[in-house]
Amino acid sequence: MGEERTRYKLVLGYGTCGIAAGANAVKTALEEAVEKGSYDVDLDIAGCMGYCFKEPIIEVTDRERDYSVVYGDLDAKKVLQVLEEHILNGRVIEEWVVRKSDDPSFGEGDFLANQHRIVLRNCGRINPESIDEYIAVGGYQAARKALTQMTSEEVIDEVSKSGLRGRGGAGFPTGTKWGFARKARGEEKYLVCNADEGDPGAFMDRSVLEGDPHSVIEGMIIAGYAIGAKQGYIYCRAEYPLALKRLEIAIDHLHQRGYLGKGIFGTDWDFDIKIKKGAGAFVCGEETALMASIEGRRGMPNPRPPFPANEGLWRKPTNINNVETLAAVPWIISHGGDKYAELGTEKSKGTKVFCLAGKVRRSGLAEVPMGYTLRQVIFDVGGGVREGKEFKAVQMGGPSGGCLPAELLDTPVDYEAITATGAIMGSGGMIVADSSTCMVDLARYFLSFTQEESCGKCVPCRIGTKRMLEILTRICEGKGVPEDMEKLQTLAADIKAASLCALGGTAPNPVLTTLKYFRNEYEDHILRHKCTAGVCPALITLFINEETCTGCGACLKVCPTGAISGEKKEPHKIDPELCIRCKLCLSRCPTESIWAE
Amino acid sequence: MEEIKININGRDIVTSADRTIMEAARDHGIEIPNLCYEERLEPYGSCRICLVEVEGARGLLPSCYTRVTEGMVIRTNTDELHRIRKTIIELLLSDHPVDCMTCERAGNCKLQDLAYEYGVKKSPFEGEVHVYDILADNPLIERDYNKCVLCGRCIRICREVQGVGVYDFVNRGFKAVPGTPYGKPLQETPCEFCGQCVSTCPTGAITSIPSKGKGRIWQVEKVRTTCTYCGCGCQIDLHVREGKVVEVSSPVMVGPGEGNLCVKGRYGYGFIDHPDRLTSPLIRKKGKLVEASWEEALDLVARSIRKAVDTSGPDSVAFLTSARCTNEENYLMQKLARAAVGTNNIDHCARL
Repeated sequence: MGEERTRYKLVLGYGTCGIAAGANAVKTALEEAVEKGSYDVDLDIAGCMGYCFKEPIIEVTDRERDYSVVYGDLDAKKVLQVLEEHILNGRVIEEWVVRKSDDPSFGEGDFLANQHRIVLRNCGRINPESIDEYIAVGGYQAARKALTQMTSEEVIDEVSKSGLRGRGGAGFPTGTKWGFARKARGEEKYLVCNADEGDPGAFMDRSVLEGDPHSVIEGMIIAGYAIGAKQGYIYCRAEYPLALKRLEIAIDHLHQRGYLGKGIFGTDWDFDIKIKKGAGAFVCGEETALMASIEGRRGMPNPRPPFPANEGLWRKPTNINNVETLAAVPWIISHGGDKYAELGTEKSKGTKVFCLAGKVRRSGLAEVPMGYTLRQVIFDVGGGVREGKEFKAVQMGGPSGGCLPAELLDTPVDYEAITATGAIMGSGGMIVADSSTCMVDLARYFLSFTQEESCGKCVPCRIGTKRMLEILTRICEGKGVPEDMEKLQTLAADIKAASLCALGGTAPNPVLTTLKYFRNEYEDHILRHKCTAGVCPALITLFINEETCTGCGACLKVCPTGAISGEKKEPHKIDPELCIRCKLCLSRCPTESIWAE
Repeated sequence: MEEIKININGRDIVTSADRTIMEAARDHGIEIPNLCYEERLEPYGSCRICLVEVEGARGLLPSCYTRVTEGMVIRTNTDELHRIRKTIIELLLSDHPVDCMTCERAGNCKLQDLAYEYGVKKSPFEGEVHVYDILADNPLIERDYNKCVLCGRCIRICREVQGVGVYDFVNRGFKAVPGTPYGKPLQETPCEFCGQCVSTCPTGAITSIPSKGKGRIWQVEKVRTTCTYCGCGCQIDLHVREGKVVEVSSPVMVGPGEGNLCVKGRYGYGFIDHPDRLTSPLIRKKGKLVEASWEEALDLVARSIRKAVDTSGPDSVAFLTSARCTNEENYLMQKLARAAVGTNNIDHCARL
C-alpha cells in the first residue's frame, strides 16, 4: 500500500479461484506497469470476492468519488487497458464491468445485491494478509468485548440467543455445544476449528480462510474463552496451501500484537493456536477421525458416545466447530445474538454460505439468509442454468447429500426443510445439473467418491458402498436388471443404519434421492437401455446430422479410433462399431452437427 | 462402582455403571453376537455386528463400545437387528474365500459361526473379490489377507497389549487392509513373533505355520497346563493330537497371563519331541558323557559337594537355579544352599 493517499485503489482478487484463473499474470503485469508508469493508484490484494465465474477480477475504487467498479475476466493485457482507460482517461470499460457500486442492476450486480453477507463480510474487501486492515474494519473488537466485558456464560448465552447452528453440516446448536464443553469436567480443554473441507464442489471454508482468516481466529478466541480452552487447533487440509499460508501469517501477526499467547488483550486469559495439516483424507472432516489425526494416529472415526465435549482430543473435553460457524461468531458478539436471529426461519437462523458450482451460470460464493428458497439461490443469485439450458437438479450437501428436482426448487434453505426432502444442508455445496447430466451417473460419481474415501473401518461402509457402486456401474454399462433398484434401496437402508460414522451413514443419500426423484432415468437405463442425457457410453450412439455437417473434417481429425469417415466438404459418418463414445468429435464440431442418444 | 438399573429385552437388570452393554448383557446370560470385540482389547466398534437398539438413542449403538447408563432400555434381538447383522455377514462373505473345507481355522472361526447362525449360505452380493498374495515370509506366522475381515484385532493387540505396533491399516475404502510399514516382512519389523495376532484373529487370516495341517480344533485334545518358561505362570492349552503337541494356545482371561503369551510360550514347544532332548542324566566318564540313573547322578553331586565343603569350606560351592523351576523348587534350592550346605552363594538365571 502506498504511503500517500492515491486517488484510485486497485484490489486484485487473489484467492485460489483467482490464481487458478490467471491472477498471477495479472498481478505481475499490474505491478510492472504501476512501477514504470505514473498512475495515481495503489495496489492491494483481497481474497475471493465471490465472483468465481468472472475471475481474474479487480476492483477499482475511485476514492474521490467514493465509487467502485469491478472488472472481470481479465488477463495481463486487459488489465493494462484498464490502467490506461480507467485510471488515466477516467473512462470505464463498460463491457468488462461485473459490478458498479452505484448501480446494482448493471452487469452481474444482482449477484451481490441478492446476498446478505455476514460470514463473508470482509471477504474480497480487505487484504487477508494484513492484520491492520482487519482491525480497521472493526476486527478483534468482539474478542476484546467478550474477554473484558463478558463472562464465559454470557458469551455462550449470546451465541445461544443467535440460534447459530453448526455450519459443517449437522446443524447442531452452537451455543448448546459450547455449553456442554464448558460444563464438562476437566482443567484442560481444547478447541478445534474443523477446516478439513472436502466435499466435491464445496469451497466456502477455503474462501473464508483465504479471504478473512482473522474472523475465524477471532471466533476461536471467543469460543476458547467461552468453553474454557486455552489451546486451539486449526485442522486444515494440506491441499489448501494458500489458506494455510494466510493462517500462518495471521497467527504470526497475532503473536506480535499479544492477541494470542499469554494474557491476551491485557487480561489474564491465555489462548494459543496451532495449525495441523490434514494429509488428504476426506474422512478426517469427521470429528472423531479428525481428533485421531491430530493425535498422530490414522484418521479413522470412533463411535460416539463418548462425545468430544466429554472425551475428545487426548481424552480431554473438546469442542469442534466448523470454519463458517466460527467466522459468524465475532459478528454475533458485536451485533448481538438477537440481531443475528432476526434473519432466517423459525429453527434455522442467520445466514448460510453456499458454493454454486456445476452448470449454474454464476459459479461462486453465495451467502443468503436462511429461508431463501433454492430457486432464489440458484436463479436470483446464481443466474440460473448456463447457456440457457433447462434446470434438472441440484445436488446439495456434497457426497452425503441428495439430488433435488425442479419441483422442489421452492424448498426453503432450512435444516429441517432440506432434510425432509432426503438431501441435507451439508456444508453448503450446490452443484447444479442440467439436461446433459445423467442422474444415475451422478449418483455413481458421488458413490465412487465416498467409496474411495471410506476409511475402511466398518463393514457397511467399506464393502456395502462398494457393492452399491458396482450395481450402479453395471446399470451405467447397460447391464442392470430390474431387481437392482430394490437391491440398492435395501442395501442403502442397512448401510445408513449400521455405519459407524456419518460418512457411511450418509453415503447412500445421492443414490436414494435419485431413485426417489429420478427413478425414470434408472428405468431408462435398465429397461430401455437408454441414457437420455447422453452420458453413459455403453448406452449411447453418436450421430452426425448430414444436413448441417459442412465436412470440415474437425471430427475426423480428433477421432482416436478412426470411426469417422467422409470426403472433404461432404457430410461425414460415424461407424458405431468403431466408435468408443469419447465424444471428442462432439466437442470439436463447429456447427454442432453431432449429437448423442 | 455405582450400581444402576437397566432393561435388556424386557428383563430388568442391575449392573455396574462401568460396564458396556455387551458386558452387562453377558453377565446376565444374554449373548450379543460380535466379531471385532475381544476381551483383551479396548472396544473398537467396527464390525457393527453387535449393534443394539437403545430407546432414545439416535440410531443403533455398538454394544461393545457403549457404556450402560441408568434406566437404559436395550433390545438386542429385533427383526431389524437380525436383518442388519445378516446383511453385514453377507457383505463380509462377498469378499471372502469360501474354502472352509481346507481352512486352518474351520471350527474355530467367528465368521463361520456367524454365517451358520444367520443362515448365510452364499452372499447375494457379487462383485470384486480381493486377491492378495499369501504372506509366509517367516517360519511362524502366515498372513492371508484374503480372509481378513478388518476387525483390527491384530493391530490392536500388537499395540495395546504387546506395545509393539507392527501393524496398522493401509489404504482406504475397499482397498483398506492391515499391513506392516512399507509392506516389510515381519522379520524386518520390530515383531517379536509372540503370535498374539494369531491368537486374536477371528478368521483364518493370520495362522501359525508350525501347526499348519496338523489338526483342526475338533481333532485335538486341549490339555491345560502352566507354561514352564518363566515364573509368570501363564496358563496354556496344549493342543494334543495322537500324543503329540501340535499347537499351544492360552485361555483368554484365565490365569496371570489372561490369554497372552510370548514367543516361547506359544512357539517354544518343539523341544518336547526333539531327538536332542535329554531324558536322563548324563555323567562324564573318561571324557565321555554317559547316561546314568537319577540315583547315581544325585549321589555323585552330593558326594562332590560334600568333598568340596570338607576341603575348601561351604563358600567354595555355589548354587544356580532356573527360571523354569517353580517358586517352591527355587525356595527349596536356596534352603539347601543356606541351611544344608551353609553358603549364601545362591543365584538364579532369570535371564528370560
